[in-house]
Amino acid sequence: MNNGATPLARTAVLEFEADMSTAGRHRLAVEDLRGGLRLWRLAWSLGWLDTRLRYRGSMLGPLWLTISTGVMVGALGFLYSALFGMEIREYLPFLSLSLVLWAFLSSLVSEACTTFTEAESIIRSVRMPFFVFSIRTLIRNVIVLAHNVIVILIVFGIFAVWPNWNWLLILPGLVLWIADGLALTLLLGAFCARFRDIQPIVNSIMQIAFFLTPVIWKPEQLGTGAAKLPLNPFFDLMEVVRAPLLGHTPGVLVWVGAILFSMALWAVSWALFIRARGRVAFWI
Amino acid sequence: MTTEASIDVEGISVFFPLYHGSSRSLKKMVVAAAAGRLAKDQQQRIVVQALRDIHLKLRSGDRLGLVGSNGAGKTTLLRVLAGIYEPVMGRMRIQGSLNALLDPSLGMNAELTGRENIRLRGLYNGLPNASLSRLEDDVAEFAELGDFIDLPVRIYSAGMVVRLGFALATAIKPQILLMDEWFLAGDAAFLEKARHRLEEMVKGADILVLSSHQDEIVRAWCSRVLWLDQGKVRADGPSGEVLDAYLGREPAAAASAE
Repeated sequence: MNNGATPLARTAVLEFEADMSTAGRHRLAVEDLRGGLRLWRLAWSLGWLDTRLRYRGSMLGPLWLTISTGVMVGALGFLYSALFGMEIREYLPFLSLSLVLWAFLSSLVSEACTTFTEAESIIRSVRMPFFVFSIRTLIRNVIVLAHNVIVILIVFGIFAVWPNWNWLLILPGLVLWIADGLALTLLLGAFCARFRDIQPIVNSIMQIAFFLTPVIWKPEQLGTGAAKLPLNPFFDLMEVVRAPLLGHTPGVLVWVGAILFSMALWAVSWALFIRARGRVAFWI
Repeated sequence: MTTEASIDVEGISVFFPLYHGSSRSLKKMVVAAAAGRLAKDQQQRIVVQALRDIHLKLRSGDRLGLVGSNGAGKTTLLRVLAGIYEPVMGRMRIQGSLNALLDPSLGMNAELTGRENIRLRGLYNGLPNASLSRLEDDVAEFAELGDFIDLPVRIYSAGMVVRLGFALATAIKPQILLMDEWFLAGDAAFLEKARHRLEEMVKGADILVLSSHQDEIVRAWCSRVLWLDQGKVRADGPSGEVLDAYLGREPAAAASAE
């Protein structure tokens, strides 16, 4: 090579055929996922830089989020424990956990919509696995979540909720969250690239879901209606992570629901992604 | 790195769907479907035929120039070869490492420091950590950033931004080099050093595909020229012949562009 100091571009074989079969599209989509995972360091850097740039110039940076979440948990906690007539020591740990998890979920869903459109200039100037941008959106939200977890730790500390072995049960739940989060970015990212009015629709759906899902209210308060809650996918996914941390075990129905809804989400996302992958560059 | 670079393109067509106003809206689509107008809408969807039935076969050592008036499909063809736009018809196979110089500001974020931008570019190319620091040295040296490397690109002078963009784009050596004409824009002011670096890169590449309006550069660098006209191949052959025909037919278009 003519110059020892210059790195070489990576070797690749690019092969496709238009009007290809579903199997062909499937192969390219799998390649996209693999390529995206191989570039995890890029996805990590992009997600991290996004967070840093968003809070550039502010002294506390993302810790502002922690503070605003803390204030919200405190205010809502005292108000609703009075409204519901519940012990604050019992209600506040529940509320802090619920609100932080929900904030993660709803901002992930909302940002999933811009997964591909925000990367427009990159997508149009270099071939890049689309999955990189999915991982980036997920990582950005996980970083925010990590800052908000401080609020949970403080509340748990104040009310003497200590870690126990039961907490390990959240691990399978977290795996589901990661898988579903990535599926959502593929689904909503592609869909919103084509139809630009999806994001407001998605945001209002999440608003309604917030009230219909036991986030600020407890499932027990629903009385006999609580049996129907596993039909709400948000409830199932919340419970598989929340219940173990609060010392309960999620019911079998909750687990069945969480797994079934996740599989359905992946099936729909994948079906859309293998069709849309080759078109996204034209849409954005 | 022993794989031979090659490009095989058979009968490729690219159509751009034209989405304007209402077709971007899901609400309008749903309302149209409810009113029974969806099928009609889809049939009447307007597409621009950006490329039509392109055949191309390039092997190691080939130097292809793309000429044609604005909107002839030169940049679209480069994007197809780079794997950015996937064609709706035909088949293609591109083998070998590839670098497409299409967008001068690719991945450059003005809020990030020079060093961060360089590392990010390395990551886009999937370089391992060891190569990242070499890339950093190489780019910083060429762009003459000095102490500015750790300051945000936002505060750079215009000249520094251009140097950084150029150094980044040319830092990674490909087997297949795809180059759009922006790269040669403002040629007169181009530093001797930059020209030298670019020529090194062009010489180092196994296959070059260059899109340009400047016929003297195409003549100097390319052995074969593809003349595109409204997305179709109008002529394909040795650069001298095709360029003469192209300039003879359309002197005004070639002169007025850029």
